[in-house]
Amino acid sequence: MEKLVPAAGNGLLDRRAFLRGGAALAAAMTGYAVKPAAAEALTEPAWSTEPGSLVPPYGGPSKYEKGVVRTLSNPNAEPRTQHARTPHHLLQGMTTPNGLHFTISHAGNADIDPEKHRLAIHGLVKRPLVFTLDSLARYPMVSRFTFVECGGNSAPLFSPEPIQANVQSLHGLASCAEWTGVKLSTLLEETGIDPKAKWVVAEGADAPHLSRSVPLTKILDDAMVALYQNGERVMPGQGYPMRLLLPGWEGNMNVKWLRRLQLTEVPGMSYYESRTYAQILPSGKAYQFYFIQEVKSFITQPSVGFAMKAPGFYEISGVAYSGNGRITKVMVSADGGKSWAEAALQEPVLGKAFTRFRIPWQWNGGAAVLQSRAWDDQGNVQPTRAEIVAHRGVASRVPNVLGFPSQHFNGITSWAVDAKGEVRHVYA
Amino acid sequence: MSMPRLLALLVVCTPAFGAGPNLGTPVSPAELAAWDIFALPNGGGLPKGSGSFAQGAPIYAQKCAQCHGEQGKGGISAALVGAPPIKSLDSPKTIANFWPYPTTVFDFIRRAMPWQQPRSLTDDEVYALTAYILALNKIIGEQDVMNAQTLPKVKMPNRDGFIPRFPDKMPPGPDRDM
Repeated sequence: MEKLVPAAGNGLLDRRAFLRGGAALAAAMTGYAVKPAAAEALTEPAWSTEPGSLVPPYGGPSKYEKGVVRTLSNPNAEPRTQHARTPHHLLQGMTTPNGLHFTISHAGNADIDPEKHRLAIHGLVKRPLVFTLDSLARYPMVSRFTFVECGGNSAPLFSPEPIQANVQSLHGLASCAEWTGVKLSTLLEETGIDPKAKWVVAEGADAPHLSRSVPLTKILDDAMVALYQNGERVMPGQGYPMRLLLPGWEGNMNVKWLRRLQLTEVPGMSYYESRTYAQILPSGKAYQFYFIQEVKSFITQPSVGFAMKAPGFYEISGVAYSGNGRITKVMVSADGGKSWAEAALQEPVLGKAFTRFRIPWQWNGGAAVLQSRAWDDQGNVQPTRAEIVAHRGVASRVPNVLGFPSQHFNGITSWAVDAKGEVRHVYA
Repeated sequence: MSMPRLLALLVVCTPAFGAGPNLGTPVSPAELAAWDIFALPNGGGLPKGSGSFAQGAPIYAQKCAQCHGEQGKGGISAALVGAPPIKSLDSPKTIANFWPYPTTVFDFIRRAMPWQQPRSLTDDEVYALTAYILALNKIIGEQDVMNAQTLPKVKMPNRDGFIPRFPDKMPPGPDRDM
């Protein structure tokens, strides 16, 4: 502990301090207030002096974790889109528990009987085929960790002024899971592909029959029909019994409740690609077919809502990811970008998946501005907010925190810590 | 290698389609018909039938106005009529100021509307509502009949307003100049 090396300004320590610091350092870095040990006589509590409760058939979290939930944008299920956001500030590691994976349902979660569900593959194929869930489950499967992120995640950062909201509100439309299913290249080997085919238009079995167009090259590269999520069947909000999984690509394109794939020569120009997920640019033109969720990171601990009660050691931690590949480096600043130190990347570091980063920090009790910035193995660097705004523009007014003035914001997020230890969202 | 053994190998290695499990069921266009609802911008997938502004007006009043407002604006759901200028990244995106292809109007009504009863409209009703909305926006005339031939030819005001973010990820071909 006595030899912790400063790595950048305002108290950032060398990431390798973890390897040397041991238990004392880890105990001091929980993110909660660190109090010097005020010794208290230890006693036998009630739970140690009687048998515990029934073991349930399907386990859930402790009753003390009731607050670890998604936030709902439309809790009365009015006839519009429902969003449920992941509480990043209360989670650790690189996978999102299934019940906390973000969900966007444009007309509720379809309640599908898996026995009756069908997946049709047709259009510019040699042999149109229909699959049942049972038949798909007999195919050779693959598993991979990948994040899914809504194209509109982080949209509040297009606001002209920083919106005071926590990391769940600002960045909660991204999550990461281990998905298992059948590669689409396997299924298309059996249908055959007409050489004229260039796109695959996907459709869900939900009420809006949500549809998106995907280039055939992506479908053949790494797309899968996902049947399992973190080891169990895909959750209803993720498209039970099957979803299209396009690692690293815009969440809305990962069509849930997948029932149909039509190979075509042209894109479908569906509602969601012609309107909702097309982004107006300062020139008046709009991006269409953005596809990629670009390299991004944000700090989850500490973040807005944390109150650090005393100066001392804290661990700064967050997630980084890139739809183009693997995270190679995350830099962290505690002085608003004046100086930077390299964070430790927690193994495993996988392509198109959340990568957890960590760095030790000695908070001196003064003002600090915490930022993270990620790099990927394709040479992409997470931009600053100023760079994004210069390229893409800024909202004409402060939007509702649940609103989507535009999409595809992957700039740097800044958390300001004041002398009281309270954390605010700022632009820096 | 003996001839019988060679033949056996050939049989094992050359099934009809690929070497996979082959557990899909072949399906005919007739069997797919109820699901075959993509209306593509080149006119592919548009069904038989037709509809006009006059036919669309009463259907709109009965099935659409309660959410989208009389005459396509002022309702609780997105305005269908009007073309406010695009001044910033959060300007409202409407059919008349934004949508690049007319087939998208038909496609979205057919697959998703009315919101509480999707797939309850006939193809004629979908053509009529499409004509009604396009005519209210003055993109077509009130006398223009919409069908599989006329609809794809309607030129939307913002047809040329789009650029791909990463051109190298776009498939080659007539994606934008149909």
